[in-house]
Amino acid sequence: MRKIRTVTTTIGGALTALLFVSAGQAQSLRDAPPGASSCLGCHGAQPTSLPALSNLSASDIENAMEQYRSGAREATLMNRIAKGFTPEESKAIAAWLSAKK
Amino acid sequence: MRDTRPSRRHVIIGAGAAAAAFAAPALAQAAPQVVVIGGGYAGATCARFLQREGVSVTLVEPSANYISCPFSNAVIAGLRDIAQQTFTYDAIAAQGVRIARQAATKIDRDAKRVTLADATTLPYDRLVLAPGIDMNFTALPGYDQAASEILPHAWKAGPQTLLLRQQLEAMDDGGTVVISAPANPFRCPPGPYERASLIAWYLKNHKPKSKLIILDAKDAFSKQGLFTAAWKEIYGDMIEWVGLSAGGKVVEVKPREKIFVTEFGEHRADVGNVIPPQRAGRIAIDSGIADQTGWCPIDPVTFEARAQAGVHVIGDAAVAGGMPKSAFAANAQAKACAQAVAVMLRGAQAPEPKLINTCYSLVTPDYGISVAGVYAPAKGLLTDIPNAGGVSPAKAPASVRAAEASYAEGWYKTITTEVFG
Repeated sequence: MRKIRTVTTTIGGALTALLFVSAGQAQSLRDAPPGASSCLGCHGAQPTSLPALSNLSASDIENAMEQYRSGAREATLMNRIAKGFTPEESKAIAAWLSAKK
Repeated sequence: MRDTRPSRRHVIIGAGAAAAAFAAPALAQAAPQVVVIGGGYAGATCARFLQREGVSVTLVEPSANYISCPFSNAVIAGLRDIAQQTFTYDAIAAQGVRIARQAATKIDRDAKRVTLADATTLPYDRLVLAPGIDMNFTALPGYDQAASEILPHAWKAGPQTLLLRQQLEAMDDGGTVVISAPANPFRCPPGPYERASLIAWYLKNHKPKSKLIILDAKDAFSKQGLFTAAWKEIYGDMIEWVGLSAGGKVVEVKPREKIFVTEFGEHRADVGNVIPPQRAGRIAIDSGIADQTGWCPIDPVTFEARAQAGVHVIGDAAVAGGMPKSAFAANAQAKACAQAVAVMLRGAQAPEPKLINTCYSLVTPDYGISVAGVYAPAKGLLTDIPNAGGVSPAKAPASVRAAEASYAEGWYKTITTEVFG
């Protein structure tokens, strides 16, 4: 059940990405999976002292979240946030974020 | 059929929106109307994201500029110019959000209509209330609007911020600064303690014989362990914190003498900063959306007010369960709310959201600490996900504190670009 929903969200994210590229507008929230839009508060279109995520692949983001969750990768804050999301949720969020440009 | 346009066009200054309405009148009439009251981190964000969903949005905000509270403590300490805190609504208007530069004075919940100060009315299909906070000038004896000109609150950024800064600059070395911190809930839980830190930074560098006393109406505060340890390490005995059970609760102020009266005695200040009790912005109180606590209970999935379906409340005015009244939380709620409103306008059910909060505080310009949380609806409230979130580690090298101070700057740049840029 959960898997199906994730796949749907991922496809939705990809479609939105195509729309975005053609329209040159910010991505719709319509397909944003739970938690994803909060990420944009720190990670925007342009990098600052914090990275932009749009030039990362979905698997890069998903792997980073997994490593933050397990503690394999050190962080000042992302380790605390990653623990609030399941692997499935992280995967959906990663797909949506990587579709933003 | 209801007229979906505002009754007087001249109040609307979104040129892009006007052009769009003329270009496609049929579409403009068919588009659902959402009115957003309040152009802060919550309201401005929500208006922008709703407009991108094809919703016709009017943002009601009387001020021409927004002056940001996050980082305003650095302005007080002379580390930053107020210009860095000041944003216009130009980009939001250019995007196609109509902006009504007036105060909302009345909400007719049955007719679904907002009345503005000049008696213009704005009909809505859904209303988003983001009125922020008002100082409660009846809660603390002696502290009213006039008193705030002598003992500034500086809890809304702007002239009050500059007044407190000027008073600190005018104070003699060896003076006493007193900060009164309120009981929960209030805007920016770590804010009074970041303020104490950065004022101490100013004093240490310019007036090192001075002292700072925090009189607190509570016995515990946000990031307490981190602040307390850092104060001792960096500022020695300069900062004295007096909690509730040690007599810290201020029960009266005498502005002319700059005296803070507590349950245990009196403190005379050379510079006094009263952070008074607060409540939701006035329109939320007057319209009955807030309850007897002065804040607005909401549904954690749709952000609809418990008091009124079709009216959504986000940001500091809302009772958001475990989420603090922070700019990050307001912005996160605004996006989740925009998503819910857009889905509901299409007749579908809003998805269960998940939200993040992150708050950085500066102890010095190069010493940052943070608190984070992840939230989901549970038992009718936005509730902390267990075992996630929390504060920066108690023991960390200076490089970690410096990194967090730099991330605070990065966060500010990113979020203000999303909201106003």
